[in-house]
Amino acid sequence: MQCRESLLLQATSRRSLLLGSAAFAAWAYVPKFARAADGRDPRIVVVILRGALDGLATVAPIGDPDYAGLHGSIALRPDGPNAAVMLDSFFGLHPAMPEFARMYRAKQAAVIHAVATSYRERSHFDGQDVLESGFAGPGRVQSGWLNRALEALPRGERVTRALAVGPTTPLVLRGAAPTVGWAPVALPQADDDTAMRLLELYQHRDPALASALTQGLQLEKVAKGDEMKPKAGTNGISAMRLVARGAAKLMAADDGPRIGALAFDGWDTHAKEGGPVGRLAQLLGGLDGALAEFESGLGERWRDTVIVVATEFGRTARINGTEGTDHGTGTIALLAGGAVKGGRVISDWPGLKPANLYQGRDLAPTTDLRAVMKGVLRDRFGLADRVLAESVFPDSRAAKPMQGLIS
Amino acid sequence: MARDSQAALVALNRFGFGARGGASGDFVNAASDPRGFVKSELNRANAALLEMPGLSSTPSLGKALFDYQFEIQQARDAVAKSAATEAPSTEPKAQRRNPSLSSIAKDMTATEPMAQPADGNNANPAMARSEAMQPNPLKPPPQSANVIQKTFRGEALARIQRATFAECGFVERLVVFWSNHFCISANKGGLARIWAGAFEREAIRPHVLGRFADMLKAVEQHPAMLFFLDNQQSLGPDSRAGINRNRGLNENLAREIMELHTLGVGGGYTQDDVTSLARVLTGWTFAGRQGQLGPPGTFVFNANAHQPGAQRVMGKVYEPNGVAQGEAVLADIARHPSTAKFIATKFARHFVADHPPPALVARLQDVFGRTDGDLKALAIALVDSSEAWGAPLTKMRSPYEFLIASGRLLGRNPEDPSRYLGGLNALGQPLWSPAGPNGFPDTSAAWAAPEGMKLRLDISAQIASRLGDGVDPRELLELVAADAASLDTRRSVERAESRQQALALLLMSPEFQRR
Repeated sequence: MQCRESLLLQATSRRSLLLGSAAFAAWAYVPKFARAADGRDPRIVVVILRGALDGLATVAPIGDPDYAGLHGSIALRPDGPNAAVMLDSFFGLHPAMPEFARMYRAKQAAVIHAVATSYRERSHFDGQDVLESGFAGPGRVQSGWLNRALEALPRGERVTRALAVGPTTPLVLRGAAPTVGWAPVALPQADDDTAMRLLELYQHRDPALASALTQGLQLEKVAKGDEMKPKAGTNGISAMRLVARGAAKLMAADDGPRIGALAFDGWDTHAKEGGPVGRLAQLLGGLDGALAEFESGLGERWRDTVIVVATEFGRTARINGTEGTDHGTGTIALLAGGAVKGGRVISDWPGLKPANLYQGRDLAPTTDLRAVMKGVLRDRFGLADRVLAESVFPDSRAAKPMQGLIS
Repeated sequence: MARDSQAALVALNRFGFGARGGASGDFVNAASDPRGFVKSELNRANAALLEMPGLSSTPSLGKALFDYQFEIQQARDAVAKSAATEAPSTEPKAQRRNPSLSSIAKDMTATEPMAQPADGNNANPAMARSEAMQPNPLKPPPQSANVIQKTFRGEALARIQRATFAECGFVERLVVFWSNHFCISANKGGLARIWAGAFEREAIRPHVLGRFADMLKAVEQHPAMLFFLDNQQSLGPDSRAGINRNRGLNENLAREIMELHTLGVGGGYTQDDVTSLARVLTGWTFAGRQGQLGPPGTFVFNANAHQPGAQRVMGKVYEPNGVAQGEAVLADIARHPSTAKFIATKFARHFVADHPPPALVARLQDVFGRTDGDLKALAIALVDSSEAWGAPLTKMRSPYEFLIASGRLLGRNPEDPSRYLGGLNALGQPLWSPAGPNGFPDTSAAWAAPEGMKLRLDISAQIASRLGDGVDPRELLELVAADAASLDTRRSVERAESRQQALALLLMSPEFQRR
């Protein structure tokens, strides 16, 4: 393992170039109450999915009569090839997530559906600000809610693992409480989604650059085929696993970090989102693999662990003209880990009838995501409701901490 | 206040190093008075000079390298001796304090460097190969092991910082242009690497807003250029040294002066002229470690190596007059019409278009000739031309311009040159190390090649992943292009799925890549 900083310094050849689209950052201290001896040594990982995850495609309300029509060609089905894994009689899990399905059956994973932050516009940046800062509105980017939660915790030993100060600490963990970070060596280059977006821009504005970039991307593929063993899936997917593997190893150590955050990019599936197979399926497979890496890497610490997976907002209930989905509102949050009271889809289902959709287009949010986070923080770290409502998630008194998420 | 966003793009990107981030107001200032914004730098006294504590002169750097090489030689000799006598090896430091006369290295002026320390950050395969071919059984003493690299990095940092903080950056762009026109390559060897920055500071910068003839003379008499183009090895066949050593001319410097520095291919010179100029330039060398000819690392005229007699160059006879014979030839070549045409074309090509408007070239050529090669007048003529502001922004930013512009936009204070040097290596423009004496290419095709574009994207994504969290790409787009940004670019940035992606797209947008 090597810290990011020194890696970036050595960007001297094309093969050593790397992209920090996935990196791990953690609190630099062990909470004072963390004692492996009496089994009270909780670990929390927050995974931010940037780009807005299609919750309706990940945990599909197959029992809702309007779902299949809205999600059209990319809708999941309860039977046939690549069928969804039914979590109960109503919700089906995307088939690219067998590990999560296994955890769910073992009651170590849960889904919260029709969830959203307090943000109701549709800008990624602002939405991510709200999700990660924990403030009610955008524009507050000085500190994240997880960092402010750490400030409320009694500080024990400093994490002694060789972790660098991460240059890409996600906002959720930025702030006064000191953090450390790590990213794996073999991270890939610019991700395909960014390349495709740039290509599209060039095709509109600069045909010469479009042609050059197209060729360059093809060269890159050939070079990879020659020099690197092809890995299943795309770059971003192996990066998710790699980061999770490294983070799990660090967090499993007695002197390793207990509270960390990851951010995965690439969820903005406007076109060719794919159904049971395709682009989103690949990404979900990467996320699924990352969760499995945490499970195996944390070893016996898995039973103390809660992983919270969240995204800035959802996507439109109805697919668009390019077999994708546009920016929406309600989506899902996932919980995984031995400490989760799992095997449940927690939802006050709003329904997908046109009148029930938010602004006639999005899954209407019925659960405040902050309530989920607050529930986890309260039950894991014993943070008081008042601290949660005032400093961790300011102005969130109305979003009461959700009960009983932790076993 | 008038506001011309398109002209601001020209001012900032075609002439400068791009808008700085934060509250610089660069775009607004450039938009309200585009020409004034560009020209204001030209009027500052010594605008192009770069003098900083820690940057040393060519002679003192030469001495540092000579000492370093001498030390290595000493250590090697000690090892050889101890291997021969099976005695325990002597501590290198003691050797340095007490050199054995029998092992003093030969005068460096006539030999290739004895050792090139590994350059940890240089990925140039040619360099690596040449080092691999010189078996070096010893690790150099740690204290001085990186004197070459330390110097190179210090020089690089000073240059990068100057470009990053410059207001418009036009003067720095002129420095880069002239430095590339009169390029050396640090890959030539230890002397070239340790001198690369000093060469630019001493031979290029003082004359960027001065006279071409002065720059030409300063360049061709600079030890770095003489070393780069082998002139220290060139001996007049009939000179005392030539007769004694039975050696003769090396035409390398003479040819490149005519072909690349002044007249240009087809500029009216013949092979005979090249040979004559080579004869004229014999004896132009630099003093070596022992300082027999002068203070080590200074330009010297070695009369012993100089070809005696008059020489005819391009139809004119130059009487024997020592170093003044060559200086006279250079002065004449500098004001030759072919030189004016060659420089005007290259100048316009660099700043305006791969195929610059002929009327612009003609006007620049006229200014160059009329002002006796006044480079400030040349720069002003370019900025005053209508062509420079009307021609579409079709040129690609070079990798150096791209990386500097990115640093300026993101408000980075470059404290460590590694990222820049690494990025330049990856993108094919290793600092002060072009593949040949013709310098780095200056056409869009060269920098918009498929491989290069993919690498630019990777580097943009890398920069964005490191710095994208703390910035608002929508605000940066306003600083970069304001209302001159295309709707497509604006949409790409606004609809990106993360700040990082938005910043990568912004850095790769035509508005940021083209100039």
